[in-house]
Amino acid sequence: MIQDYKYMLDAYAEAGGSPEAFKNSKVAHLVVHRNKVIGEHLVEGLDLKPRETASGVDIHLIVRKGAIIKYPVHLCFGVLPKEGIQEINIRARVEDDSGVKLLAHCVFPNAVRVVHKMNADIEIGNNSYYEYNEVHFHGFEGGVEVIPKAKIRVGNNSRLVTNFSLLKGRVGYFDLDYDSEILNNSSLEMTVKIYGYSDDRIKIKEAGRLIGKSSRGLIKSRVVVKDNAQSEIINELVASAENARGHVDCIEVIQGNAKARAIPIVNVTHELAKVTHEAAIGRVSKKQIETLMARGLEEEKAIDLVVSGMLK
Amino acid sequence: MELLRVEKLSLNLEGRQILKDLSLSVKSGTIHSILGPNAAGKSSLAYVLIGCCDYNPQCGKIYFLGKDITGYPIQKRAKIGITLAWQEPARFEGLNVKDYISVGMREKKPGLIEESLYHVLLEPKEYLDRGVDKTLSGGERKRIELAAVFAMRPRLVILDEPDSGIDILALDNIVNMIKELRRQGTTVLLITHREEVAEIADKTSLMCSGFIVKEGTPEEVGKYFKEKCIPCPTHLYPEEKDKGKIKEKNDTRL
Ligand SMILES: Nc1ncnc2c1ncn2[C@@H]1O[C@H](COP(=O)(O)OP(=O)(O)OP(=O)(O)O)[C@@H](O)[C@H]1O
Ligand SMILES: [Mg+2]
Repeated sequence: MIQDYKYMLDAYAEAGGSPEAFKNSKVAHLVVHRNKVIGEHLVEGLDLKPRETASGVDIHLIVRKGAIIKYPVHLCFGVLPKEGIQEINIRARVEDDSGVKLLAHCVFPNAVRVVHKMNADIEIGNNSYYEYNEVHFHGFEGGVEVIPKAKIRVGNNSRLVTNFSLLKGRVGYFDLDYDSEILNNSSLEMTVKIYGYSDDRIKIKEAGRLIGKSSRGLIKSRVVVKDNAQSEIINELVASAENARGHVDCIEVIQGNAKARAIPIVNVTHELAKVTHEAAIGRVSKKQIETLMARGLEEEKAIDLVVSGMLK
Repeated sequence: MELLRVEKLSLNLEGRQILKDLSLSVKSGTIHSILGPNAAGKSSLAYVLIGCCDYNPQCGKIYFLGKDITGYPIQKRAKIGITLAWQEPARFEGLNVKDYISVGMREKKPGLIEESLYHVLLEPKEYLDRGVDKTLSGGERKRIELAAVFAMRPRLVILDEPDSGIDILALDNIVNMIKELRRQGTTVLLITHREEVAEIADKTSLMCSGFIVKEGTPEEVGKYFKEKCIPCPTHLYPEEKDKGKIKEKNDTRL
């Protein structure tokens, strides 16, 4: 177990996390390897109850009314061996007047046949915020199936931010489905950034239902696919209340034989609501590349610079 | 000494002749302005000179320091010291001003990025970490473009309408920066359609409908431009030039 903990933190560091956070008593954390909780620490105002199951862990997270959790809660999930399943079920409740940021790293450095499922059910109260950042590190075999699903309800005057990034190692098979419902004066910001290559398969569905007055929504995707990788992005924004405003912003860059599809769904059912969308699929813009080449960069370097900027 | 020589360059794009037998000679260490109305082919000439891949001339040669560089790709021309500040520069998500400017810097001299920004009247503290993306105004983006070529210290810089989108307060700075480039040994090919900007040059070539129609001092060419080109029907109806009617209507093309 101690060995597992050390290896998990090594993989965590490789994925870009800073393991020192796990030694800091002011920072809450939870480390789960397969279905074993191998590290946990709580801070005031935060209840975090993990329960081990046959295939993973059920987590109950509550941010108590009025509690603002100062430092991001650090989560690390992973499977170290080549094969395995990890199913994480999260039920999170952010009570009124409170706020929390979570920083989750999911690491599968040696995966040949690993399945990682995440089911989240999140309820955010009034005057609160919830920010969820998830970073993946997959190793280079491509044998990972990642299936994250989330249903999120946001109360009044609150803010929801989700950032998902999978930029290191192979994607494997990826199927994300986030759905959210936003009440009065609240805002949603969902961002996904993924870099796929070889024969990776990427499916992303992000949806926001702006049902509250003056609610705001931004759904943003940045996907780069090369070789024989394929991606499909469905971004859906529904605005059904007075003064609701939304924007979908999707860019997919393809290189080599890769294929990309974008399906923006924009649905407005109130005359005082508005949703805009922009979607671009294609190669990296020639003008961008030639601008950098006219400063002396080789074409490949220029493409790398444009693409890495986009995924930053 | 001649830095750049262009001989009988012709460029066709989508069945239209954009540059027609165009020849040009640019002396090293000078500011050489190309003055011309909209759609004269000024930007197209710039793209041909830096080697953009969609702008391969059908015939003609480009010599740089006596060497034929017509077949050189864009990055090879950049490496021998030719670059362009674009009329409408591209935007880059996730790339900040500092990194954008340093892309072309061969000499990583400390303080050079800041100096370049001061030249275009931008406060480095405010701009270094900003993205070269759509959050910049048009004028800010233009100034950053000029700062970037300034920091690159090229042998030949083509400035495609450096004054467009620049407010009157910054215009003097831009003009000073262009003169400073010359002082430091960079040759400047200055594209513009304003004769008051062309005036800072040592020599001016007037371009219309893909031709160089007149060359001389900025004063001579500027006067000619005002008197002959502005009233010319081609200037008002650029599409006429395709029909080959220009010569009959008005003999400004010499
Ligand atoms: N890729 C292209 N395909 C077809 N026609 C083109 C292309 N690029 C430019 N042109 C045409 O060539 C002509 C010259 O364009 P260019 O952009 O070089 O003019 P310019 O002198 O720079 O004008 P401006 O002062 O408006 O910047 C125009 O009539 C333009 O429509
Ligand atoms: Mg132009």
